[in-house]
Amino acid sequence: MKERLVLIGNGMAGMRTVEELLKIAPDKYAITVFGSEPHGNYNRIMLSPVLAGEKTVDQIMINDLPWYAEQGITLHAGSEVVKIDRARRQVIAADGTTATYDRLLLATGSVPFILPIPGNDLPGVIGFRDIADVNTMLDTAQAGRKHAVVIGGGLLGLEAANGLMKQGMECTVVHLGDVLMERQLDPFAADLLRTTLEERGLRFLMGMQTAAILGEDRVRAVRFKDGLEIPSDLVVMAAGIRPNITLAKQSGIHCERGIVVNDTLQTYDPRIYAVGECVQHRGQVYGLVAPLWEQAKVCANHLAHYGIGRYLGSVTSTKLKVTGIDLFSAGDFNGGPDTDEIVLRDPARGVYKKLVVKENRVQGAVMYGDTVDGAWYFQLLREGTDISDFRETVLFGHAHMADAGREGHSVMAMSDDAEICGCNGVCKGTIVKAISEKKLFTVDEVRAHTKASASCGSCTGLVEQILAATVGNFDATPKEKAMCKCTEHSHDVVRKAIREEHLISLREVFDLLNWKTPNGCHSCRPALNYYLISTWPAEAQDDYQSRFINERVHANIQKDGTYSVVPRMWGGLTTPDELRAIADVADKYQIPTVKVTGGQRIDLLGVKKEDLPKVWGDLNAAGMVSGHAYGKSLRTVKTCVGSEWCRFGTQDSTGLGVKLEKMTWGSWTPHKFKMAVSGCPRNCAEATIKDFGVVCVDSGYEVHIGGNGGIKIRGTDLLCKLTTEQDVMEYCGAFMQIYREEGRYLERTAPWIERVGLSYVKSRIVEDDEGRRALYARFLESQKYAQVDPWAERASGAVDAHEFKPLAVMA
Amino acid sequence: MNDWHDVGCLDDIPPLGARVVRSAQGDIAVFRTADNDVFALRDRCPHKGGPLSQGIVHGQRVTCPLHGWVLELASGNAVAPDIGCAKRFPVKLIGDRVLLQVGAASAGGEEQHGAAA
Ligand code: SRM
Ligand SMILES: Cc1cc2nc3c(=O)[nH]c(=O)nc-3n(C[C@H](O)[C@H](O)[C@H](O)COP(=O)(O)OP(=O)(O)OC[C@H]3O[C@@H](n4cnc5c(N)ncnc54)[C@H](O)[C@@H]3O)c2cc1C
Ligand code: SF4
Ligand code: FES
Repeated sequence: MKERLVLIGNGMAGMRTVEELLKIAPDKYAITVFGSEPHGNYNRIMLSPVLAGEKTVDQIMINDLPWYAEQGITLHAGSEVVKIDRARRQVIAADGTTATYDRLLLATGSVPFILPIPGNDLPGVIGFRDIADVNTMLDTAQAGRKHAVVIGGGLLGLEAANGLMKQGMECTVVHLGDVLMERQLDPFAADLLRTTLEERGLRFLMGMQTAAILGEDRVRAVRFKDGLEIPSDLVVMAAGIRPNITLAKQSGIHCERGIVVNDTLQTYDPRIYAVGECVQHRGQVYGLVAPLWEQAKVCANHLAHYGIGRYLGSVTSTKLKVTGIDLFSAGDFNGGPDTDEIVLRDPARGVYKKLVVKENRVQGAVMYGDTVDGAWYFQLLREGTDISDFRETVLFGHAHMADAGREGHSVMAMSDDAEICGCNGVCKGTIVKAISEKKLFTVDEVRAHTKASASCGSCTGLVEQILAATVGNFDATPKEKAMCKCTEHSHDVVRKAIREEHLISLREVFDLLNWKTPNGCHSCRPALNYYLISTWPAEAQDDYQSRFINERVHANIQKDGTYSVVPRMWGGLTTPDELRAIADVADKYQIPTVKVTGGQRIDLLGVKKEDLPKVWGDLNAAGMVSGHAYGKSLRTVKTCVGSEWCRFGTQDSTGLGVKLEKMTWGSWTPHKFKMAVSGCPRNCAEATIKDFGVVCVDSGYEVHIGGNGGIKIRGTDLLCKLTTEQDVMEYCGAFMQIYREEGRYLERTAPWIERVGLSYVKSRIVEDDEGRRALYARFLESQKYAQVDPWAERASGAVDAHEFKPLAVMA
Repeated sequence: MNDWHDVGCLDDIPPLGARVVRSAQGDIAVFRTADNDVFALRDRCPHKGGPLSQGIVHGQRVTCPLHGWVLELASGNAVAPDIGCAKRFPVKLIGDRVLLQVGAASAGGEEQHGAAA
């Protein structure tokens, strides 16, 4: 028989946990849900747009009633649980319904804090929490009542006031302090906000304490401590929320401010878990959804008995969902004696941005008027990125950084037919439609349903912005992204485990790290295989079936299923003999296209798969080896003619290029790796858009790193200047090795350097002589196992022969 | 035409891999999973004709090498959100011999897929 899971609280956190659980263990439990509200579950944060008339209740439903039936979940909607009998493991609702549980999940949310003042129970005095509250507000406005008072100038209060004003009421916001939204804003931003809202017609009474609510059969006025009275037909209490723990407390479950849970979201009763705003974790209670998503993931994992994942607390960020006001804040935005503030104020544009920085790391951010970079600052904050390399320009935003290409203006200003994802031709309208119709919450879901940002990924930032603007301030990205759907772990965690636990096979990784799929997927397997062979070159076996077809057959697959073959031409040099051999091969195997590549060598296109070993054999015979044009590996080393011929050449760029290629060919890297050597600053070999580039000068060699052409062009950073070829070789090997050891799979050197910072790379390669030599030594060591020509192995028929022959040919 | 053809032995196909059988109906990809289940699909991706035999096999699925569609080996159906289906062929194991039925190709999921271990 299935185990029985009962959920109390049909809200955002509880149902998210159930959804996560259904994803990973769909058949484990018979699930029963109790909810005091008579609805399916809905996106509570969208109540503000509903009140403002920008959305309807139907549009904010996450799961409607038929959904529960389809999933086989028993839902008691409109049924409030009043008792938990822990001895009998039974919950009892006010209407007499009972349910027995093996596991119980509490997700009772919060209740609005109602000020303890006379008149607080009069009709017309409400909180702002659920659909019923919104309906009361809408009814009051429609009944033609004019005056509304909102108590509390926080996020909720302002959204309520804005909505009521949109519904035609005259609305006054009463605030005890003199800074609006003081939990999210510093005084300067708060003043800007107040000015804007006043211009729209809201009234504010700051520094006022409410003394009583007056009225006979319904509210009529509000009186303040100083004696002032203002008329009011509706009072919305938005002075804070309290975790809803009445039921838990009555049932003897340990509570402090909230229901106390450990890192697995378990309460003091091991059968009972709790998630959402009702819990207190490590002394913290939360009032935003992002932390709840993380809790839901971890809790579902433990309910499924997988037993991995812990919730370690969250940093949160907020946005105000009042149309036309861009406001963002995160972290510690007030700062203290040991922090710096970087501030940009442009009153004419109505823009204010402030970053609080401590030892070159972002601690907090407040932005008003221009919030495009909120997500970026938040990422810098969560990842603790060292910003010293771009501190001067950080306030100008991500678009201002070397890796431009991000849209600088708000995506919501773009028209519906604006193309967002160039690779898959997905327009903004399609994405917005998928998000609202299919109720998508995460970038991964948008990717799966629309293909936007599923290919090169350069539009991910835009997709995130569209998501945020469409569903409100969702930020479901965990601190570090999981590698893929097969695991909870990030690239860095997996890699660390491979190194520290000495894992040398995929099986060991899957077992030790509790992979969710039996043998991974097309996304994690190639990455894991790379991590294994780059960490343990002498021990780990290359797993052939975990390589993309190109790396399996050492040629590039083409759109018609034929292959292309690119032999190495060291430093772009070739000979009459090599050219003759290429011509002969093209004739002999009727290869339709012969092309000079963008990488200074020759491509034979349209080779039939079964001809590959013979083509290679012939090329090998003329002394040529694989060019790895197909690999996450060293590609080409482009050179110019240099001092040997060119009248401007300062050094032997061609010769140095050949030496570099001979040293590095065959090495596997996280992504492809390209080099170039130019003989003088005219830079004919385009060395400054390569992963490693050398520009020769009279006094020696300028070494450049982290460039690429391609999707997002990025010019290199100058690493240092060197005087001998031998030094260049050593720095090159060391640089490749640190990238091999620390770059994430499919992360090219350009994004890698932006992530870790140029200063970091300099500290490891330029400033640490011993460290550099050690890296170089490790590189040379791993090359011992890597420099085997894959073509020769296969041309001889000794390796992977089955790959090139059909299994059978039938008449 | 509906005979079972012996196309080779299980070990001729690498685990988590595939081989191609040439037939009058065109190329057929014969897959082998980690659990030694075998499946056969027409070697043409429903998207743009990519050779499925060259893809990465994981679980009971294959990822097309050209643009990364994922197909269920048992049914030939593309995994959501993509929509399409590769024709599947009955295939079974007798001992370690792989037997393939080519005449009776079917596109839907109505027939048993014939996987045996
Ligand atoms: C053959 C060639 C085009 C040509 O006819 O000249 C080529 C062909 C392909 N390139 Fe390229 N690129 C070729 C030079 C380049 C260059 C120019 C260069 O190297 O100086 C660039 C820009 C420079 C750079 O990489 O920084 C280039 C940037 C890309 C990118 C974007 C990389 C990026 O980081 O943004 C991709 C996509 C990827 O790798 O994910 C790509 C991917 C591809 C793929 C592998 C697409 C694919 O996955 O099938 C193409 C393979 C075709 C094939 O079967 O051979 N190709 N590609 C060139 C082979 C050079 C060689 O001798 O090895
Ligand atoms: C107007 C508004 C705007 C918001 N805007 C944002 C925003 O922009 N960004 C953001 O991150 N967060 C926002 N929030 C906060 C966010 O909605 C909450 O953090 C989230 O809904 C909490 O989820 P939960 O599951 O813990 O509680 P809830 O979603 O409140 O769910 C609890 C449910 O349990 C039910 N329940 C309680 N006791 C019982 C019982 N005994 N028996 C049966 N059922 C019971 C309740 O009726 C309720 O339906 C906003 C909230 C509101 C009200
Ligand atoms: S630019 Fe590169 S990837 Fe694009 S079509 Fe040309 S060769 Fe192919
Ligand atoms: S041809 Fe298979 S995914 Fe495009």
